Amino acid sequence: MSTKTVNQKAWFLVLPVLVLVAFNAIVPLMTVVNYSVQETFGDNLFFWAGLRWFEEVLRSPRFHDALSRQLIFTFTILAIEIPLGVIIALAMPRKGPWVSVCLVLMAMPLLIPWNVVGAMWNIFGLPELGLMGKALNSLGFDYNYTRQPGDAWFTLILMDVWHWTSLVVLLAYAGLVSIPDAYYQAAKIDGASSWAIFRYIQLPKMKRVLTIAVLLRFMDSFNIYTEPSVLTGGGPGNSTTLLSIDLVKIALGQFDLGPAAAMSLVYFLVILLLSWIFYTVMTRDEES
Amino acid sequence: MALELKDVTKRVGADVHIHPASLTLEPGSFNTLLGTTLAGKTTLMQLMAGLEQPTSGEVWFNGRNVTGVAVQKRNVSMVYQQFINYPNMSVYDNIASPLRVARLPDAKIRSRVGRMAELMKISAMLDRRPSELSGGQQQRCAMARALVKDSDLILLDEPLANLDYKLREELRDELPKLFAERDCVVVYATTEPTEALLLGGRTAALHEGRIADFGPTAEIYRRPSGLTAAKVFSEPPINTASVKIDGGRASIDGKVSWSAPKGLADGSYTVGIRPHHVSPVRRARADVVIDGTIKVAELSGSESIIHFNAFGNDWVSLSHGVHPFSTGAPASLYADMSRCFYFGADGRLVDGANAGKAG
Repeated sequence: MSTKTVNQKAWFLVLPVLVLVAFNAIVPLMTVVNYSVQETFGDNLFFWAGLRWFEEVLRSPRFHDALSRQLIFTFTILAIEIPLGVIIALAMPRKGPWVSVCLVLMAMPLLIPWNVVGAMWNIFGLPELGLMGKALNSLGFDYNYTRQPGDAWFTLILMDVWHWTSLVVLLAYAGLVSIPDAYYQAAKIDGASSWAIFRYIQLPKMKRVLTIAVLLRFMDSFNIYTEPSVLTGGGPGNSTTLLSIDLVKIALGQFDLGPAAAMSLVYFLVILLLSWIFYTVMTRDEES
Repeated sequence: MALELKDVTKRVGADVHIHPASLTLEPGSFNTLLGTTLAGKTTLMQLMAGLEQPTSGEVWFNGRNVTGVAVQKRNVSMVYQQFINYPNMSVYDNIASPLRVARLPDAKIRSRVGRMAELMKISAMLDRRPSELSGGQQQRCAMARALVKDSDLILLDEPLANLDYKLREELRDELPKLFAERDCVVVYATTEPTEALLLGGRTAALHEGRIADFGPTAEIYRRPSGLTAAKVFSEPPINTASVKIDGGRASIDGKVSWSAPKGLADGSYTVGIRPHHVSPVRRARADVVIDGTIKVAELSGSESIIHFNAFGNDWVSLSHGVHPFSTGAPASLYADMSRCFYFGADGRLVDGANAGKAG
């Protein structure tokens, strides 16, 4: 057996990463875990609560409603943004001077700070003076997103589609331009229709980036807070109170730290579980 | 089913990609397009296939003008340097795809795919996805897809370039056999003169968008019609020098001389001599001594490629055996000038009677 010097100095090299991960993930997460099993009234007084907050959260109709709204929101924007993003990417030029123009135009919405997006659409949709609100009303639509839940949802989804479809476009486009011309020529020689080209060449070649696009859009939209909070603040009533807005209301509005902590852990686990399902389903062929 | 190009040209903007090219490819023939990258091989193939339309000139197939006819209606197959397969279809479905587009009955598809897979030695992989195959198998799958339908024209664009040496040899041996019983026109593009020689058939030497020469491969190699064709068809590159013939003696810069072939008028010529006729050892008394400076000596196991500078030009010698030389050292090399080509001022071959003979 060869003698191998064990060098403990290696630990020093991983130390910075460990410290970083500890302070930015483990410590905050454990603080939340700590709150979720105790009751506190401030003054640094803590009482053991066990799993009471978890039971409360999981049974509360308020959480169920927020979760369903969140699921409806996320799946609606996914159902719109993914196909729309792919369609726009397919329509974009692959060569020539227009490529950079299109790319810059597409990247624009992504550069705008989130609360500015919220404020923009807030003003844009105002029925009396916003461009869209006023236009819709003068066209005869009874549109008022601050009063009618349906209109609030319409505006919220439109805003998200406007803000984030670009991301899907850019990812899908990156997948498309990586396909060598020879594939299209080969398909042309075979006499493949444009649907067959999409179905058997473009879509499979875009699959990896689309998986990433779906995961990113899923996680981001499930966590969304700033834009709806600025746009509707969860209203009218509770109609657009998504999970994160509800969480902030409980934690900072009512200062119920225990239930809020339990809720954020459940929230986190839901995202983790759904992301895992998405990933597994979308990549299952590759492993078989 | 002959394919004819009649004064075909291709311009893209101000760039001329193909200068007027005329070519007749016989049915059942194996044709090689030989040329460096950017010589116009791929463009010429795309014009033959109908993937690109010529700027001027006509493409005729089987006595019919097919200029402007879409590629789908021409019954063409093509194999590329990259391994092009449908990524999410099995190998079977990939090979079957052209037959399905042609709406053949299932039983017929099954038997033809089976036979093709056997011929290409991928019968065991029919259920797999292309991404699960090795590079060589992926290219076999792509070839099977191209050969499974009865195409009138089969185009192979450097199909072996991305394969490793061993697989390349293996497939290259099989290729001519695959086409032997077919009545179609086969066109094969390559950058390697050796590959063209091994494949046989006919060769068109391409240079900067022009067809420098076309004919039976061995003949083009032995008697290239001009300096350009000789350069295209020589690896390592052919050595050239300006010579003057005066009273039956040919000389380079008045420094070395040898007796010129009979029948060549006095005047200026360019000689071309292939590297294997320049040797580091004297092989015959008549060898012309070329004094030069060694630039680099590449020694492989059994061959030496010696690059040197003489008469202000770069020269290459290719010889058997290991001949070590140090860079920068003066050296004498021996050229068998009875084997050189003489090109006139217009670049046409005027004499090269012995140049191509074996040895």
